[in-house]
Amino acid sequence: MTSILELPVDEYMLPGNRSCAGCGLGIGLRYILKALEGKCVMTVPASCLTVLGGMYPVSSVSVPWINSVFPGTAAMASGVAAGLKALKKEDITVLAMAGDGGTYDIGIQALSGAAERNANFLFICYDNEAYMNTGTQRSGATPKGVKTTTTPIIGKMHSPKDMGQIMEAHRIPYVATTCVSYPTDLYDKVKKAREIYGLRYIHLCVPCPSGWQYDPQNTVTIGQLAVETGAVVLYEIENGVFRLTGRSRRLAKDGKLKPLTEYLSAQKRFGNISSDTLEELQEYINKRWEEFISKDKTLFE
Amino acid sequence: MNTRDCGHIISGSSPAKGEAGKTGEWRTQRPVLNREKCLAVKANKDICYQCWAFCPECAIERKPGGPVDLTYCKGCGICAQICPADAIQMENEYDSSEQRKND
Amino acid sequence: MTVLNNEKTISIYNNSSNPKAYPPGKHVLTGNQSAAIGAFLCGVQVIAAYPITPQSPVVEELSKFVEDGELSAEFVPVESEHSAMGVCIGASIAGARVFTATSANGLAYMCEQLHWASGSRLPIVMGCVNRAMAAPWSVLNDQQDSMSQRDAGWIQLFCRDNQEIIDTVIQAYRIAEKVYLPVMVCYDGYILSHTVMPLEVPDENKVKKFLPPYIPHTPIDINNPVNINPVTLGEPRYNANGVLCHGYMEHKYLHHKALRDSLNIIEEVDSEYKDTFGRSAGGLFSLYKTDDAEVVIVCAGSLSKMNILVVDMLREQNIPIGLVSLRSYRPFPNQKLSAALKNKKLILTIDKSLSYGYQGPICIDVKSCLFEAGISSIVISFIAGLGGRDIKPYEIAETAYDYWNKFLNNELNSENIYESQWINCKY
Repeated sequence: MTSILELPVDEYMLPGNRSCAGCGLGIGLRYILKALEGKCVMTVPASCLTVLGGMYPVSSVSVPWINSVFPGTAAMASGVAAGLKALKKEDITVLAMAGDGGTYDIGIQALSGAAERNANFLFICYDNEAYMNTGTQRSGATPKGVKTTTTPIIGKMHSPKDMGQIMEAHRIPYVATTCVSYPTDLYDKVKKAREIYGLRYIHLCVPCPSGWQYDPQNTVTIGQLAVETGAVVLYEIENGVFRLTGRSRRLAKDGKLKPLTEYLSAQKRFGNISSDTLEELQEYINKRWEEFISKDKTLFE
Repeated sequence: MNTRDCGHIISGSSPAKGEAGKTGEWRTQRPVLNREKCLAVKANKDICYQCWAFCPECAIERKPGGPVDLTYCKGCGICAQICPADAIQMENEYDSSEQRKND
Repeated sequence: MTVLNNEKTISIYNNSSNPKAYPPGKHVLTGNQSAAIGAFLCGVQVIAAYPITPQSPVVEELSKFVEDGELSAEFVPVESEHSAMGVCIGASIAGARVFTATSANGLAYMCEQLHWASGSRLPIVMGCVNRAMAAPWSVLNDQQDSMSQRDAGWIQLFCRDNQEIIDTVIQAYRIAEKVYLPVMVCYDGYILSHTVMPLEVPDENKVKKFLPPYIPHTPIDINNPVNINPVTLGEPRYNANGVLCHGYMEHKYLHHKALRDSLNIIEEVDSEYKDTFGRSAGGLFSLYKTDDAEVVIVCAGSLSKMNILVVDMLREQNIPIGLVSLRSYRPFPNQKLSAALKNKKLILTIDKSLSYGYQGPICIDVKSCLFEAGISSIVISFIAGLGGRDIKPYEIAETAYDYWNKFLNNELNSENIYESQWINCKY
C-alpha cells in the first residue's frame, strides 16, 4: 500500500477552483488524477464536479474533460472508449465521474448498459449522498432519516440503494469502495483499476460540509468516522474475489466499529432522527458488517 | 468589442489557476503554522505532510512548513484539523487583516 | 475543399471494398439496406443503435457487416436511444466517424442528446426512419418525429426514394464534416424503409475519393487538455490571458450561422456528387414542371415522388400545376424557395406532420418565406397520411383540382385559408 509520502507530487487539479471550502471532492479528484498520471479523458455530467471544473473559458483541471448530459455519463464514456479503440488510441484511460444522483438515479440505465457490455472505462461515483449541486435534495443514495431540502421535516423515509452490490451483480472485473479521508486507499484502487480492461466501478464517499451540515474543517474526520462506524465500508471485488481493505480491514481483523451515533451526531443532517430509525440503522450496519466479514475469505488467511 | 473563441469552434476551456478568481477572498479564517510544532520543519525533511495531502484546494506546497498559497486558500481548516502535531491554528481573517495593516 | 491525398485517405478506412453482397452496380434493395450500405461505404468506425420499428433492419444489416469482419467498426449495442446518441457523441469527439439510426419515440428519447450533439458541433450522421409519434401507439409512417426535432440544431435532409437514401448518407458525412454539424437523413418508414426498389450502389473507391477523412475540431489531447462544453455564461468572460471570450449567445450565433452557411454547402456537395456519381440527390429542393405552373404542390419525402404522378395526371387535364420537393428542411432554403415560388398563384403544402394548434410545419415555413419576399400567393395547408393513413395519388389530384377551381372561381373561404385541410380524414 502506498503511503502519503510516496504519493506523486504532480497535481492535475488547480487551486482557485469553484468548489466550496472544505469540499471533499477536491481531495478525491486530486488522487484520482494522480493515480492516472493525468493520462485520462473524463466524462462528467451536470454535478458539483462540473462546478469544480469551472466555467468557460477557464478550466480548473489540466486533463481532457468532456461534459455530458445528466443521464449520459456512462454512455458518453462508452462512446469515447469505442472511438479511441476504433482509432487504436487506447493508451489513455477513459474516466467517467458522476455524483450519486448521476449514478444511482438518472444515470443508472446508461451505467448498467455499459457494465453489461463491459465497456472499457473507469466509472467513479462520488457519493455525497444527495443532490448537492442543486441544493441538497434527496437522492437514491441519501441515508434513511436524513433531512434534505425535499425531506425537510420528517427526514428521508426510505433506505438507500446499495450501489456496490448492484455493480457487483453486473459481474464486472473490478468494484471497489473508498473514501476521500483515505487518499492512499483511493490512490491504490484507482491505480489498480487503471490496469484492468473493461468496466471498473469505484464508489467514493465524499463528505459535503454544506449538505451534511458540519464545519468545513471536519471533512476528513467525518469521512474517517463514516468508515470507523461502518456507515461506509472499504472493500474491493477483483474478478469476483471480495476483500475488505485499509481501515475497514484493520477494523475487521482486530478492532470493532464505533457506535453509529458518533458519526451521526457530528452532522446536523441527522438532527431529528428518531430513536427507532437510529436503532434500525445501527442494526442494519451491524448486520451488513457481519456479512462483509464472512464474505471476505482472505481476512484470516 | 468583439468576443473571441478560445481556439475551438465550440465552448472549450483551457486550464488555469484561479478559475473562480482569487478564492482566498472567500476566507474567514486563515491557517497559521507554528513552526516549532511542525514535524517536517522540526526534522527538516520529508515527513508527515498530512496538511499537503488533505488540502482540498491544492494550496499547500509539499515541503517542510510548506507555505499555504493564501491567494487561493479558502480557509476550510482541514489542515488545522488533520495536523497530528496540532501545529496549525485557524486565525480570524479580520484580525489578520488588522494585523496586516499594522505591518 | 482541400485537395485530397488519396493514399492517406484510403489508409483511414478499414474496409477495402464494397460489401461482398453489394458490389458496385444495380441492386434491388430496401431503404434500410440502402442506408446501411451507405454507412458501410463511408467507412463508419463506431455504430451505436437501439432497435425500434421500422429502423431495426438498418442496424441489423450493419451488425452483420461488423460480425462478418467485412466492416472493421465498433458496434455498440446500447440499452437505449438516449445512450445511442451518447455513444455517438463520445466517439465523434474521440475522432471516429459514427452512425446511428432511429425512429419516432426513439428520436424523442434522444431529444436532449440531439441538442448536445449539435451544440458540440459533431458531424454525426443519423438515419431517421420517419414514423408516427405515440400516443396512441403507431409504428407506421408520418413525419411527426423528425419535425418535432426541427429546432434541435441539426441539418435535416428528406429522401424521396431508396437511391436518394444511399446517396444522401454519403453526402451527409461530407456536409457534416465540412460544417461540423450533425445530419439527420430522414426517410419514410415502410414506404421506403421496407420497400424494395432498384438502385445503384456506388463504388467504395469513388466514395473514398469523394469523402475525405474526418478530422475532429477539438481532438482529445493530454498535452493540450480542453474542457469541452463547460458551464458557459450568457455574458462573455475573459480567459487566463485576458482575452474576452464568447458567451453562450455568441456560441449559439455561431451554431446558427453554421447551419445557414450549410445551405450553400448542401448544394455544392450535391453538385460535386453529381459530377462524381452521375446523379443528384435533390440539392436543397427539386422542381418538377414549375416553370409555367400557376399552382404548386410543396412536400417532402416519398410523397414527393408520388406527386410527380399527380402533377402528370393534372397536366393531362390542363391544370398548370408543378411540384417542389423539399430536401433540406433545416437549414430552410427560404430565399431560394421563395424565388422558385414567385408568381405562383396558389401553393398547396402537404405535411405528414402537424404543429399542433396551428398548421403543418412545412406550410408555416413556406408562408413565412413568401411573406419576407413580399410574395402574396395563397398558401393552403394540407395534412395527410398521419399514422400510416394511405395517401392515394387520385386523392391528392382530386384535392388539387378542387382547390385550383375554387381559387379560379373565388370560392376559397377563410376556413380554407386559416385552417389546415385534412386529406382523407373521415371526421
